[in-house]
Amino acid sequence: MEYFAQQLINGVTLGSIYGLIAIGYTMVYGIVGMINFAHGDVFMVGGFLALIAWLALTAMGVTAVPVALALVLVLAMAFTALYGWTVERLAYRPLRGSFRLAPLISAIGMSILLQNAVQVAQGPRVKPLPPVVPGNFFQSEGAGGFVVAISNVQVIIVATTLVLMVAFSLLVAKTPLGRAQRACEQDRKMASLLGIDVDRTISLTFVMGAALASVAGLMYLLYYGVVDFYIGFVAGVKAFTAAVLGGIGSLPGAMIGGLLIGLIETFWSAYFSAEYKDVAAFSILIVVLIFMPSGLLGRPEVEKV
Amino acid sequence: MSARAAGGAAFAEALRDAGVAGLITLGLAAPMLGLVTVTKPEGLKLDPHWPRVAVAVAIVFVGRLILNLTIWKPGRPPKTLVKPKLEARLSKLAKLLAPAAILFAIALPFLPGVERYAVDLGILVLTYVMLGWGLNIVVGLAGLLDLGYVAFYAVGAYSYALLAQHFGLGFWACLPLAGILAAFWGVLLGFPVLRLRGDYLAIVTLAFGEIIRLVLLNWYWVTGGPNGITGIPRPSFFGLEFKAGPDGFAATFGLPFSGLHRIIFLYYLILALALITNYVVIRLRRLPIGRAWEALREDEIACRSLGINTVNTKLTAFALGAMFAGFAGSFFATRQGFISPESFVFMESALILAIVVLGGMGSQFGVAVAALVMIGGFELFREFKDYRLIVFGAVMVLIMVWRPRGLVSTRSPTVFLKEKKAISGSLVQEGQG
Repeated sequence: MEYFAQQLINGVTLGSIYGLIAIGYTMVYGIVGMINFAHGDVFMVGGFLALIAWLALTAMGVTAVPVALALVLVLAMAFTALYGWTVERLAYRPLRGSFRLAPLISAIGMSILLQNAVQVAQGPRVKPLPPVVPGNFFQSEGAGGFVVAISNVQVIIVATTLVLMVAFSLLVAKTPLGRAQRACEQDRKMASLLGIDVDRTISLTFVMGAALASVAGLMYLLYYGVVDFYIGFVAGVKAFTAAVLGGIGSLPGAMIGGLLIGLIETFWSAYFSAEYKDVAAFSILIVVLIFMPSGLLGRPEVEKV
Repeated sequence: MSARAAGGAAFAEALRDAGVAGLITLGLAAPMLGLVTVTKPEGLKLDPHWPRVAVAVAIVFVGRLILNLTIWKPGRPPKTLVKPKLEARLSKLAKLLAPAAILFAIALPFLPGVERYAVDLGILVLTYVMLGWGLNIVVGLAGLLDLGYVAFYAVGAYSYALLAQHFGLGFWACLPLAGILAAFWGVLLGFPVLRLRGDYLAIVTLAFGEIIRLVLLNWYWVTGGPNGITGIPRPSFFGLEFKAGPDGFAATFGLPFSGLHRIIFLYYLILALALITNYVVIRLRRLPIGRAWEALREDEIACRSLGINTVNTKLTAFALGAMFAGFAGSFFATRQGFISPESFVFMESALILAIVVLGGMGSQFGVAVAALVMIGGFELFREFKDYRLIVFGAVMVLIMVWRPRGLVSTRSPTVFLKEKKAISGSLVQEGQG
């Protein structure tokens, strides 16, 4: 029982990280109708930028952990957002309205470019960071001497994710920008006829997705204590799985999908085999797409002739 | 006067634009290039590298300014979708160059000055040409986006390796078996994804490719896990082995023994396999099934309403594409003598897909040129290791922006009335297949 509870806690933490990345996929897919293949690598860039910001702040003498973390969050979001904007501007905007494979190929190119640029710039080795927030928020010892613990990092991750989720849902639901996004999602031509700057709206969508991915990168760094240039690919595919599972285009769906993928992966590793956890996640993607192509909360796609 | 004023304004605008681009580069490069994380005894520390940032910003600023003043002048004609002249010239060129290229490929090992390295490189390029032509069936003709093609390549390679190891079968017996097994896996993947389209299909095939790789990596007692399979038998020349002894290939034909014989034989083997692939694809295009593939690519709903069995059409595309990957895979295994899951990563799938799309989907000649340029270029810049991958990614983006339809993008109809007219790819509306 204690083991189960511990895995549940770990799964929710991992799921929060996947959920944050999945939002980037789901928003972009909703509005442009393409898989932003480079999004996983934007997440990786976010992790690196968070690490660099943290080290720079420590070097400058900002040692109070809450202050430093808040600053790192803001800095990483800002700089990663710039990356997201640039990726869209260089690789996707010139291809808007082109045939459907072109943006996917340029996205794969962008993903390769980002991965290797980071590798060359920062070196191929794994970057370890000693635990920033040590200690447990809560722990209780079970009957068998098994300790169930919720670490402070896990609390921070889940809480930040919840806050950001609510904030972004409100942004999409209530603000003029969110309204413009939803309008572009429904009909881009009509939206532009009604005076919405479609290019700007799409750019901002990429910026938002990248900012959330950088938060996920920071959380990954805090949770695992390492980043390297290769974390983007697998995390990206799993987050996309999460977005599809939840129903692409739906923000709460991305979050639920992320949690489910995180839980499935954790429980699979805990009770079956850790080697095959990725196989489990990918198999779920295939099964979901076959039996429930529109996901849990998605709208079914209407075929137009 | 006014012309000069306008010129001045244009220059100021170009300068402003370049300045903005420079500032953005500064934002991108300052943390990533300027502050390098280094592991020191006391922990991870930052090493400043500001000159790199300055160079990056300067390159972007100057480059953008020059481009603004030369190519991107204000008032340049808007980009036209169709360039009939260029299209026509390219497809005419392809018709002339294709036989010349085949002749060159046949003569290559015996040209003066060609060393072992060139033949090895030729084998590598031809392997990718063959894979590209195989994937062209799935992506170029049937319009089904497959990001997990390397899985079938892996199935072919492991089929040969395992059959040879456990049952002692030779290369020639295993080649068709590997093709059949890969085709079987193609159908196995094809069945569940029949209803999916576009990007969803891409991501499922990607997941499928990763599953195969992970299983190969973790199923130790069958596949040897990350260590792979070693000692895969080399191919023989109709029963004659390439060895130094009296019953070897060299002795039988009265030639002095040379390690080059096997390389040249492998070269012709892959050349033959690639040309067979090409021939089969060209013939298939004229058959009803090939025409059904192309119709499916353009419009699936129209296909269904005209009574085409889309299930069979898609499955044959998957199966045939996979079969050629299986052939190429068993060739790869026999050439290397060693295989491991390392060779079948997603990057390979992306590379093969890039070859097909950059070459121009559906164009056999374009695919061959793209394979030659990409793999050849990749090998030429071997010393630059990591930089070449950066350039590789950048080139993929640039070619897509410049020619979204690939290098050779004309569509030549297989059935025509009186006169065969090539159609520019940009005139064709792609369906959702």
